[in-house]
Amino acid sequence: MTVLLQFLETWWVQLVCGVVIVAVVPLIAGYVVLVERKLMADMQARLGPMRVGPHGLLQPIADALKLLIKEDIIPRDADALIFWLAPVLSMTAALTSMGAIYFGPSFRVAEDINIGILFIIGVSSLGFLGIILGGWASNSHYSIIGAVRSTAQLVSYETAGGLAIISALLLSGTLRVSAIVDAQASNHMWFIFMAPVGFFTYLVASIAETNRAPFDLPEAESELVAGYMTEYSGFRWALYFLGEYANMIVVASIATTLFLGGWLRPFPNVHWLNWIDLLPPLVIAAVGAYCVYRAGKQPVKVQVWFMWAVALSCFAIAVLYVLPWLVQPLRFALPGLNGAFWFLLKISGYIYIFMWLRFTLPRYRFDQLMHLGWYILIPLAIVNVFAVGVALLLEAEFGWNRWIAMIVTTACTLAVSIYLVRLQDKRSAAASSATAVTSDSYAG
Amino acid sequence: MSDTSFQNATRSNETLLGADELVLNMGPQHPSTHGVLRVKLKLDGERVRGAECVIGYLHRGVEKIAENRSYQQFAPYVDRMDYVAAVSNGLGYCEAVEKLLQVEAPPRAKVIRTILTELQRITSHLVWLGTHALDIGALTPLFYCFREREEILKIFEKYCGARLTTHAFRIGGLQYEAYDGFEQDVARFCQDFERRIQDYVDLLTGNSIWIGRTRNVGILSAADCIALGATGPVLRASGVKWDLRKAQPYAAYDRYQFEIPTGTNGDTYDRYMVRMEEMRQSRLICLQAIESIPEGAIFGKVGKVIKPPVGEIYHSIEAPKGILGYYIVSDGTTQPYRVRIRPPSFVNLQALDKMVRGHLVADVVAIIGTLDIVLGEVDR
Repeated sequence: MTVLLQFLETWWVQLVCGVVIVAVVPLIAGYVVLVERKLMADMQARLGPMRVGPHGLLQPIADALKLLIKEDIIPRDADALIFWLAPVLSMTAALTSMGAIYFGPSFRVAEDINIGILFIIGVSSLGFLGIILGGWASNSHYSIIGAVRSTAQLVSYETAGGLAIISALLLSGTLRVSAIVDAQASNHMWFIFMAPVGFFTYLVASIAETNRAPFDLPEAESELVAGYMTEYSGFRWALYFLGEYANMIVVASIATTLFLGGWLRPFPNVHWLNWIDLLPPLVIAAVGAYCVYRAGKQPVKVQVWFMWAVALSCFAIAVLYVLPWLVQPLRFALPGLNGAFWFLLKISGYIYIFMWLRFTLPRYRFDQLMHLGWYILIPLAIVNVFAVGVALLLEAEFGWNRWIAMIVTTACTLAVSIYLVRLQDKRSAAASSATAVTSDSYAG
Repeated sequence: MSDTSFQNATRSNETLLGADELVLNMGPQHPSTHGVLRVKLKLDGERVRGAECVIGYLHRGVEKIAENRSYQQFAPYVDRMDYVAAVSNGLGYCEAVEKLLQVEAPPRAKVIRTILTELQRITSHLVWLGTHALDIGALTPLFYCFREREEILKIFEKYCGARLTTHAFRIGGLQYEAYDGFEQDVARFCQDFERRIQDYVDLLTGNSIWIGRTRNVGILSAADCIALGATGPVLRASGVKWDLRKAQPYAAYDRYQFEIPTGTNGDTYDRYMVRMEEMRQSRLICLQAIESIPEGAIFGKVGKVIKPPVGEIYHSIEAPKGILGYYIVSDGTTQPYRVRIRPPSFVNLQALDKMVRGHLVADVVAIIGTLDIVLGEVDR
C-alpha cells in the first residue's frame, strides 16, 4: 500500500499527467465547443450539430481533422516568424498554466508550488502576448485593431481580476493551491459566501480576460470580421481557438479553487451527508443509461455503435468510481476520484454561465468596456479588498463574530457599488450629450 | 484621453495622437455591411472621421432592363430589388402601371394586397431586427425573428407558391384568389405574434447594454432627414409624422385605423422603437383587414396586352424601408420608354457619413444596421 503511494509520488507520474494534459485538454476544449453549440442551439429554438455522429458527438473530431488538412496560408506581407509563433504561444500559455491546477487532492501535474495561484495567473496572462503578436504580425487593419483592443482590455481587466483574487487570498492567507482549498474546508464555508463581491468581480473580469461575449471586442465578428484572427486559417487558427477555450477552463479552475471550494463536495464536513460521495458514480452511470436508451433510437448503425461505446465508457468510469468502495487497498484513490468529479462539475457550471451570457447579451462598445473596467470594476475590487481586510481585522482584533463582520463589510461594498454605478450613469449621460453636439458639427 | 479631447480632435484636421489617419476598407466582403456594401472609413484610432460608401457591386441595370421588357414581364424584376420585401415592391409597380392605364384594381384585390403587403412589412422589420441585434452582438434574437418570419413566408408560399421573390400581384389585380383558410392563417399568426414580440422586448428593450449601444448613436435631426431625403422609419424616428399610407392613401389603407409611431431624438434606439411599434400596427391592420374582405372579382379591366397611352406617371408607396417611388414614361408601345425607381435604401444610405462621424467603429455597424438597407435595392 505504502509502496504504491510512494510509486504514485515519483516524478514520472507527473510527466504522464502532463502528457495527458497536452493530449486530452485540446480534446476537452473541442467538446466544450460542441457543448456550447448545442446549448446555443437549444436557447435559439434549433438543433445544432446533428450530422456527424449521434447528436453531433463526433463533430469536434471532424472539425479538427478538417482544420489539420487545410492549406497553410501565411499572408505575403506578414512577419512569418511571429505569425507562426503567436498561436503556439497562446496555446502553450494556456496549457502550461493548467499544469499547476489541482483537479483533486492527488490529481496534479506540477509540484505543490507555494505561489501556485500567482504562477497560474502569470503564465495564463502570457497568452495575450500571442494575441497581440498575432494581430501585429498579420499586417492587416482588422487584426491590428483587434490586437490593440485586446491589449487595452487585458490591462484593464487583469487589474480588476487580480484585485478580486486578493480577497480570497486574504481569507485563506496563502497562495498555495492545495492550502486555499483546505482553508475553505476548515472554514466550513466556500469563499464565495464570505466574499461574494470578490467572486462576481472575478466572474466579470474573467469573461473579459477570455475575450468572451459580451466583452469579445478583440474578435468582434460583426465589426472586425475576426479581429486578431482575421488572417489566420487552418491549424494555426485552431490553435488560437483551442487556446481560447483552454483559457476558459483555466479561469474557471481559478474561480473554482478560490471561491467555489475546489474539489470539495458540497458540505464537506457534515457527516450525515456523506452519502453525497456516492453521487459521482450514480450520475455517470445515469448518463450511460441514457446513452443506452438513445442508442435504440439512432437511425444509422454506426451511430448506434457509437452511442453504445459512449455508454460503455460511462459505465467503465462508474465502475472505476465504485471500485475503491469495494476493494479496501484501493480506498486511498477515493478522495482523488471524487474530488476530480466535483471539480469538473464546478468548472462546467462556471463555463455554463459564460455561455449563457454570450447567448443573451449584446456586445459592449469599446469605450463602455473601458468605463465599466476603470470606473466600476477596479474601484469596486479595491473597496472589496479593504472590506475583507477590515472584516478579518474586526474578527482578530476586536473579537467580532466572523459572520457579522463579513455581512457588514459586504453591505458596505454593495453600497459603494450602487454609488459607482449611479456615478457612471451620470457620467455617460453627460458624455453622450457632448457626443451629440459633435455629430451635429458636420457641415458637409 | 477624455471625451473632450476626442471631440476637439474630431473637429480639427489633427488626429488625437498626431498619427496618420487609418483608412479601413469595410467590405464589400464583411459580415455586417448587409451585402456587398463597401465603406471606406477614415479612422483616428477607433474614432470615425469620415465614411465613404462605394456601391454598385450588385448593379444589374434593373431600370435599363425595363426598357426591353413588356409591362407584365418587368413585374418580377422589381421583386429582386428589395428582396426581403418583394411584395411591397410589386405593389408599388403594379399600382404605378394601373395609374398609367387609368384603371383600378377591384376592392377585393386591394384588400388582399394590403394584407400581404403588411405581412411583408413585418417580415422586413423582422429581418432588420434580427440582423441589427446580431451586429450589436446579440446572437439569439435573429433566430426568434426568423422563426416568426417563417410563418409569414409559409402564408406567402400557400398563396402564390413562392416565398421570397413572390411576384404576388398582377397589373390590374391579382392572379390568384385567396386560398381556403387564408384568413385563419393570418389570424393565427397575428394572435401568436403579439406574444412573440414580447420576447424581443424582454431581450432588448430594457437591456442596459442595448440601450448603451443604441441611445445617442447616429443621431439624425428632422431637418437633416428632410435635407437628405431620408424617409420611412428613419424619418419618423426623428419626429416627423410622415407616412404615405396616411398622407396619400393607396391600396386599401384608407379603410383601416392605425397609428404612425414617431420618435423624438432620431437616434438608433428611437428607430428601434419606431420599427417595433410599426410591426404591432401592421399586425392590427392585418387583423382589421381579415375581418371583412369584400367579395367580388380580383382582376380589373386590363387586357392581355398592356399598351398605356403616351404619358408619364409617378407613384410612390410606403415600403418597409421608406418611400418607394416609380416614375414611368410611356411612349404608347407595350414596353416602357423609361422607368426610374426611387429606392428608399439608396436615399437613406446617403445619411451614413453624417451619422457615423465622431462615433466608434462599433457604432458604424450599428448605424448601417439601423438604416436597414438592402443592397439589391441600393444598387438595382
